[in-house]
Parts: sequence; structure tokens; C-alpha cells
Amino acid sequence: MVVAAFADFMQQVVSGLAAGAVYALLALALVIIHRSTGVINFAQGEMALLSTYIAWALITHHDFAYWPAFVATLAISFAGGVATHRIVIRPVEGGSVLRIVIVTIGLLIAINGFVLWQWGGEPRALESPFGIDTYDIGGVVVTANDVGTIAVAFGIVLLLWALFQFTKIGLAIRAAAVNPHEARLVGVRVTWMLALGWGLAATLGAVAGMLTAPTVGLDPNMMQAVLIYAFAAAVLGGIDSPVGAVIGGLLLGLLLNMLSYLAQYEAFDWFSEELRLPMALLLILLVLLVKPSGLFGRPEVKRV
Amino acid sequence: MRTLLELDAVQARYGPVQALHDVSLTVGEGEVVAVLGANGAGKTTTLRAISGTVSRSGGIELDGKALKGGPEAAARAGIAHVPEGRGTFVELTVNENLRLGAYTRRDRAVKQDVERVSGYFPWIAERGGQRAGTLSGGEQQMLALARALMSRPRLLLLDEPSLGLAPMVVREFFRTVRDLNEREGLTVLVVEQDARVALSVSSRAYVLEVGRVALTGTSAELQDDEAVRRSYLGY
Repeated sequence: MVVAAFADFMQQVVSGLAAGAVYALLALALVIIHRSTGVINFAQGEMALLSTYIAWALITHHDFAYWPAFVATLAISFAGGVATHRIVIRPVEGGSVLRIVIVTIGLLIAINGFVLWQWGGEPRALESPFGIDTYDIGGVVVTANDVGTIAVAFGIVLLLWALFQFTKIGLAIRAAAVNPHEARLVGVRVTWMLALGWGLAATLGAVAGMLTAPTVGLDPNMMQAVLIYAFAAAVLGGIDSPVGAVIGGLLLGLLLNMLSYLAQYEAFDWFSEELRLPMALLLILLVLLVKPSGLFGRPEVKRV
Repeated sequence: MRTLLELDAVQARYGPVQALHDVSLTVGEGEVVAVLGANGAGKTTTLRAISGTVSRSGGIELDGKALKGGPEAAARAGIAHVPEGRGTFVELTVNENLRLGAYTRRDRAVKQDVERVSGYFPWIAERGGQRAGTLSGGEQQMLALARALMSRPRLLLLDEPSLGLAPMVVREFFRTVRDLNEREGLTVLVVEQDARVALSVSSRAYVLEVGRVALTGTSAELQDDEAVRRSYLGY
């Protein structure tokens, strides 16, 4: 009895981490853009959606195997992110933040419209590259998809961390984000670095989208809830903190799954799956009220 | 002495406000030249015009070649500009600041250069992992200088390095600049409010007044001329 309850609990932990890993990726994308462009990119979810459809189209219509399609989608998304910055964002940069925000909202609507026009509204199936196997580890049953999702997400985060930490270009992207004037003085081409930041964010979103599709199902609304969770994760971690975004995502995934788990007990029997999204919004509100800088963010200092 | 930098009738403006009217000056290779003058005389703007961070017209040549484009191009041409108010990446570590200093370089000697630069600032070696924002004001100014050296600049532009620093720190800073000039032949154009300290390291100086060169001479001449000191340099 106790053993079974523990196994059930651990299963929820694993699937919570898998969901959280996806939130973390999209939250990280939001943070990267917030650090460089200074706004929340409301189109982040739809950019990920478009990437996922591209992956689906490559597999379904162009005979790609999953992993080549995965890699090709990342490359296309990266180029798309760079192009988005160069063509759509850069002309309004430097003005009021509101202008950029409105442009990202416009982008959200435009991409969603494009997806509907191109691929229709009916749900599509993007199969999990990890198969439908389940593993029994000491009574704890975990799905191959959850394990694979966590592994891919961690791999991507590690790669990104190494890029930012150890490479010249990664350092230049960070420098351009934290202090563009100074960065130009040392010879960094700042607008290109910001564009690369958008490219990286689009790539992260693509991974998040492709990892979401197998469990949620691919349709034009797929990323809307995920984007809200990513907001919550980014706010929880601190909107300017990449580490915070990752930990915030994992914590949020765990928290929501813990609520699902606890719903079997009387004290939490009010909780049902429909409350996941409102819980995320509640979390955003709570963090903004109690600790606006989040877990890992620094309190805002106005830069002049 | 070979002329390294030549400004010929340079004008610069911030929107409708003209900040420089026909500023001409030269800096020879291996020379330390000071630009002095009151607040708003156009000292900072002169440096900004050279590094391309303000819109300017007129002739600016480095080593006989016209400087065009923004600060990225100036950095690639070999100009290291340490702006007013430190100019470090406070959110990045000391080492990352140094690596960024070498951003325009393609060679692989960057590691040795960190050692070479640490020779002038021994504390840097021990505190490479520290965030620049946690350093003292004096240390940040030293780091800004160290970062500029990492680019192996042809020309170093220093904007008001004494600002907000204790007199002892200022002396130490300028002693280092002089060492660099004597040992490595570093060419420096330094803008300073503190005329006394600037004249003590420079060989020549220009005094600006409302965007024009009001007078120029060797630093020794300017120092010795009491009328000049009183009316232009304020000491």
C-alpha cells in the first residue's frame, strides 16, 4: 500500500519533470529575448507552433525520418528567428517597449493565421521519437517519452549554457544584451547579436513544440497553454535569469503534478486538471505581488 | 614623430545641438596627448567623434586611413575607447570583461595577453571569476583599462578616468598609463577635467572651449603659464 503510493508519487514526479522541462525550454526562450530586446515575446508560443508544423510536414510529406526532421527544423527555426528580428523587430527597436510588444502580438496572430491557412485546424499526429515503451524501475513506471523529453531538454540547455559560457560568440551575445553601448565599443556587432538571440529563442521554442506535440496533439492551439506555463516559469525564476527559467519550469511542472497527485486526498479533492492553467496564472500573480524579481532575478535597477 | 591620428575640422552634433565646431588635432605614434577644458567644452564629444559614437563630419584619419562607420569599425581599426563612467560590463566577470576586450582579435595569443595585462594589475589574476559590478570604483576603472589593453590597441582613448575616484587611485591609474606608454609605446588620447594630473602624464595638450580648440601647446608650457592655468585650467 505504502509502496504503491510511493510508486504513484514518483511517477507523478517524473511526468512533472517532463512537463516542466518543456516549460523550462520555452521560458528560457522568453528570458533570452527579454534580456536582449527588453520585452516579453508574445509570439514565442506561435513561433514554436510553426516550427512544430514544419517538423510534422517534413516527416509526413517529405519522407524525413524523425531526427533529421528534428535537426532540420531547428536550423529552419533558427534562421526564422534571426529573420524575424531583422525584418519585424529591428525597425521598432529603440522606441517604446509598447511598440515592440504590439508587434509581437501581431506576429502571434499572423503566425496562427498562417498555420490555419496552410495546414487547417484539425489535429495532426506527431509521434514521439521515443516510442510508447514504459520502463518499470523498482515499481515506478515511467514512459520512454517522459525520459526522452527530459533528456533532450537537458541536453539542449547544456549546449546553450556551454555556448554562452565558453564561446566568443556566446559571450558577445550576452555582452550585447547587458550593455549594448559598451559592446559596440569593443567591436561587437550588436544588432546581429540580438538577431542571434532571437534565433536561439526560436530554436528553443521549436524543441519545446516538438516535445509537446506527442502528448498534447498538434493543433493550432497547442502552444497557447504551454506559453502561459512558460510565462509562469519565467516569472517564478526571475524574468532576467536563464537559470531561473529552467528551475522555474521544472518547479512549475512538479507543482502542478503534485496537485494532481494530491487530488486523491480529501484536502485537495477540489483540484482537477481544468485548474492547471488557472493555477499557473495564480502563481504569476503571487510572484509578482510577493517577489517581483522571482527566485533568481535581481531586483530591477533602472538602467539609464 | 609619425602622425597616428589626425582630426581635420571635425564637427559633431547631438540632434540640433552642434557640440564640436572645427576641431583639429593630431596625436603622434607613441605620444600621450591630453584634451582639457571645462564641462561642456566638447571633450567627451571629441572622443565620441573619433570612435564613431556620435554623428560627425570632417576628416578623421588613423594612420592615414579615413575612419568611417560606427564604433564597431573603430574597434576593428585598433581604437580602444574607455568611456566616461568606467565602461565595464558590470554583470559579467572580470575574465569575461577581458575576453570581450580581445573580441576583435583573431590570433590565439589572448591567454598570454591576460598574463601580460595582469602584470600591470596583479589583483586581476586572483579575481577573474568575480563579477565586475562587485569591484570598487578604482578597480573597475583599472579593469576598463585592462580590457582596452586586451585589444592591443593602436590608440587608447580615455574619457575622464579620474571621475569619482580618490586622489591616490587617480595617481595610481595615471602612473600605470605612463608605464604602458614608456614600456610598450602605447599611444593615448586622454580627456580630463583634472588638468593637473593630465598634464603630468601628457607631452602635449589641447584646451577646448565651447566646441573649439582654444589653445594648444606642450604640457610643460601650459603648466608653466599662470594666465593659461588660471583662465582655462582652473588651478
